[in-house]
Amino acid sequence: MAEEMRIVLRNVGKISPLKIDEYIKAGGYKSLAKARSMSQIDLIEEVKKSGLRGRGGAGFNCGMKWSFSYKIDTDQKYVVCNADEGEPGTYKDRIIMENDPQSLLEGMAICGYAIGSNKGYIYCRGEYPYVVETLNKAIAQAKDKGVLGDFDIEVRMGAGAYVCGEESALIESIEGHRGEPRFKPPFPPVEGLWGKPTIVNNVETFANIPAILEKGADWYKGIGASSYPGTKVLTLTGDVVNRTYFEVPTNVTIREVIYGLGGGMVNGKNFKAVQIGGTSGGFIPEEFLDTPIDFDSMTTIGAVLGSGAVFVMDETRDIVDIVDRISKFFEHESCGKCTPCREGTKRMHEMMHRINKGSGTVGVMDLLQNLGNVMSVACLCGLGQAAPAPVLSTLKHFKLEFNAKLN
Amino acid sequence: MADYKKIINAYKDLPGGLIESYHAVQREFSYIPEEAVFYAAEVFDMPKAKAYGVATFYSYLKVGKRGKNVIRICESAPCHIAGAAQVVAALEKELGIKMGETTADGKFTLEFTECVGQCQATPVITINSKPYGDLNPAKVPAVLAEYK
Repeated sequence: MAEEMRIVLRNVGKISPLKIDEYIKAGGYKSLAKARSMSQIDLIEEVKKSGLRGRGGAGFNCGMKWSFSYKIDTDQKYVVCNADEGEPGTYKDRIIMENDPQSLLEGMAICGYAIGSNKGYIYCRGEYPYVVETLNKAIAQAKDKGVLGDFDIEVRMGAGAYVCGEESALIESIEGHRGEPRFKPPFPPVEGLWGKPTIVNNVETFANIPAILEKGADWYKGIGASSYPGTKVLTLTGDVVNRTYFEVPTNVTIREVIYGLGGGMVNGKNFKAVQIGGTSGGFIPEEFLDTPIDFDSMTTIGAVLGSGAVFVMDETRDIVDIVDRISKFFEHESCGKCTPCREGTKRMHEMMHRINKGSGTVGVMDLLQNLGNVMSVACLCGLGQAAPAPVLSTLKHFKLEFNAKLN
Repeated sequence: MADYKKIINAYKDLPGGLIESYHAVQREFSYIPEEAVFYAAEVFDMPKAKAYGVATFYSYLKVGKRGKNVIRICESAPCHIAGAAQVVAALEKELGIKMGETTADGKFTLEFTECVGQCQATPVITINSKPYGDLNPAKVPAVLAEYK
């Protein structure tokens, strides 16, 4: 049976988040000192070798990303932490920041040294004002102690726009603009915040860095799935007994998560579906529960690991009603910059709602399928590309539920 | 009531500080007065349309009057299946207003929100951003009493 393995949550419950001395006593900031004793190239190679891939959902090799910014010779570069955790059912970044903010700061400072940046921003969602307070106190303590050296970190607040989880939209927002994604390329590591090379990594990604430096790339590489090594923090919601968070090696299966750590279904009901990775993830039926949760394994079953949200639904749940609600979410969160997403999310919600209310037809289902296919390739950013996934995956795996509601 | 001009002026030299200034105004007023948006346009040297466009892009920011206490109910999928609709009904009944409205005494505003990141305790509402989890209709009066 799967067991927890805590790397990014290693200090949770063990140290007081607002006492930097306790973090230092637990070995904190030794990794930053070690990083600074290495050459920038060796440091980036070490991170690359660990196989760490972005924990925000895109899964890009972290060291590789850093190397793009390192290579550019310019007067200013930036390190940005994406703490705009808005994927429904996800709260892992909050757990990390509330319990161990220094580990995030240390990870950012290591990145700063690696790429040659002296300025970091944490873009924390506006719904977490209490986390912003914790972060600001932690930064003040780190400055007092002098542990960050010449690396400065500032917190900026998001303001309730899901799209700002997309890195170029997030950058626009830090600059004080509407959070609309940019056309790419250039990508942020080359041209990001205020046109300067910018590394945007997720909270969980940064929190992994000090542990990787401390124990070495080979140690990290040996944990979990070989193509997506390490651990992942999961947050369980819905009809599962243990609605809480866990950190597990990435080679555990979905079934182990739900029936092992998750404690199984509430009231012993039967499982119907699980949506992993947040509200933009695909719905997964029972036949795929023995799939490991790592990035690539999830992709092969037409699903995603995403943010690590695990939303479990029992046999009594109305899939069409849930997907109707989800499609409303995307209509609301579409930023409106590109037509396929602005119009597509609206029409998709309209059609889902019609089916849910009993006035849909087979023709509407065909249109839904068609629209979903177009959006997943034609939308400008990940929001619009992923928005149809819940619709398309349920049309595939739960078509009977749609049929039952047709007019 | 604090002076929004003073609040906004404090962010004048912060690069990209417009959004931070809006947050600061909203912390004080529980909303952003329209005049404050136009004043921010002057301070940050941009057209009014742009300052307004930024303020209205973000759902956490609200231009125009709101009640002293802002109650937001999460309607994202995990809260949806955990009974958010029943909590909405209980709040509407208890306050005598509908979603999106403000009580006559200006004390409470009811709003929908998407996920607030407290999903260990669905359904969730926030009052002035403070989360209250595992809510059900029976718990609503006691929660509201804290603010009455």
